[in-house]
Amino acid sequence: MIGNNGAGKSTLLNTIAGTLSADAGTLALAGHDVTKKPIAYRSKWLSRVFQDPKMGTAGELSVAQNLTLAQQHTGSMSLHRYHKASQTAAYQELLRPLNMGLEDRLTTQVKYLSGGQRQALSLLMATLSQPDLLLLDEHTAALDPQTSQKVMDLTQKIVTENQLTTMMITHKMSDALRYGNRLVMVQDGQIKLDVRGAEKQNLRQEDLLTLFAE
Amino acid sequence: MLITSIGQGLLWAPLAIGVFITFRILDIPDLTTEGSFPLGAAVTVSAMLSGQSAVTASLLGFLAGCIAGWVTGVLDTKLHMPSLLAGILTMTGLYSVNMHIMGKSNVPLLDQKVLTTYLPQTWSIDLQTIVVGAIVTGVVVALLVWLFKTRLGLSLMATGNNSAMSAANGIYTDRMVIIGYMVSNGCIALSGALIAQSNGYADIGMGIGTIVIGLASVLVGEIFLRGRQIWLRLSAMVLGAIIYRFLLTVAMGLGFPVDDLKILSAGILVIVICLPILQNKYRTRQQLKRYLKQIGADEHEASNRSLNRQTSPEGLLSRDSK
Repeated sequence: MIGNNGAGKSTLLNTIAGTLSADAGTLALAGHDVTKKPIAYRSKWLSRVFQDPKMGTAGELSVAQNLTLAQQHTGSMSLHRYHKASQTAAYQELLRPLNMGLEDRLTTQVKYLSGGQRQALSLLMATLSQPDLLLLDEHTAALDPQTSQKVMDLTQKIVTENQLTTMMITHKMSDALRYGNRLVMVQDGQIKLDVRGAEKQNLRQEDLLTLFAE
Repeated sequence: MLITSIGQGLLWAPLAIGVFITFRILDIPDLTTEGSFPLGAAVTVSAMLSGQSAVTASLLGFLAGCIAGWVTGVLDTKLHMPSLLAGILTMTGLYSVNMHIMGKSNVPLLDQKVLTTYLPQTWSIDLQTIVVGAIVTGVVVALLVWLFKTRLGLSLMATGNNSAMSAANGIYTDRMVIIGYMVSNGCIALSGALIAQSNGYADIGMGIGTIVIGLASVLVGEIFLRGRQIWLRLSAMVLGAIIYRFLLTVAMGLGFPVDDLKILSAGILVIVICLPILQNKYRTRQQLKRYLKQIGADEHEASNRSLNRQTSPEGLLSRDSK
């Protein structure tokens, strides 16, 4: 999803996630009406990666603790011990494919990680529960170009491997064109362009730019 | 003097732990403290006067504190009040509640058995206080260490650290905040119950300044004991409460009148807040100096090297050829 500032992309995303409540209409996730449900309830079906790497992880907690929070979505009130030694190896297996050296830092507090590491961890956490919908809110915008590319590649890999329905907001038109199989352009709260499949493949940056200018 | 401080400190330790839970785990400055502390004292003393055993009465005091915490929690999360205001409202309301529970502003215990009377009467009062304080505080610390190793405890910590992320991961953050307030104020009220039994009376004014005492104990404890493990952090609170009592006892020994203790408490809090900041500033400056020195030396070296390179390319070449 692309669109200029103030077009309503983030508003839409926040409404789906539950941060904002809808003024009218209904919102259904996987067949469940969640229009008036809180954020925590919606997390059964959706996950979100925020723009700010600090938002998606708890900085004071360790990498392992953050993963536990993401993995055991239900049972946040449970009185069972959350850490079992057997999980350490499983967590390392999860972290290894990220290629960020996080598998050796399970007990490190997340606040000491770099922005790229934190965002990669956020991404992994968001996809651990195999959500029906993954929301990406300009999740590479706060990273340097190289890390941004790395996180984008990782996103592509995880999303295709797990076959996740994903909605990504981006300001980078090249990313919008390269990734995904549908492109929506929003302007002034209205959908201006909605292309998918082959039509999207044939779309070029110049076409988008002329649309933006209109 | 030190022995007395240890005993008294152990009785005040649940207060420090309670303040720690809201202030450090949930990241909320909770003023309910000033009301829940005397509430615990009032409920306990009233229950004992109506024939309850000291243990039951203390537990009732703890539960009363939990209810007070629940009220603040609901005001904060469900009615979306700023947490400071929520605490002030509960604290103010609790004044009337406490007056109703006690009937008058000061209720002394008569010949009721307090917790220390369960111990052999041949022991000195200081020893009795230390044993009772150590048992109660030990149980509180043990239960909290267990709690923070459960998934619920992790959810509590996550909520205090990053509530947006916690909600996104399926944690009902409002519930967590309310639970945190309840546990915290339960501990604080328990401390009030212990102090009332130790003093032999409950007083409507005994809550004044408790938030300052609690915060100061938290900060003092953290100066002396640092760590990430929860048992270490809770032990730091116990240590903080003891050291804080010791500081006050020293001040009293120096001849400060009792009326001046409150301003002294405030002064100690200001000092322990400023101390780590000044320490950090000093450390950063030292580090910067050291770093600049290094850089300066390196730059000097670097410019020398580049000068050399410019002036004697032959030398370099000749060295290469060798």
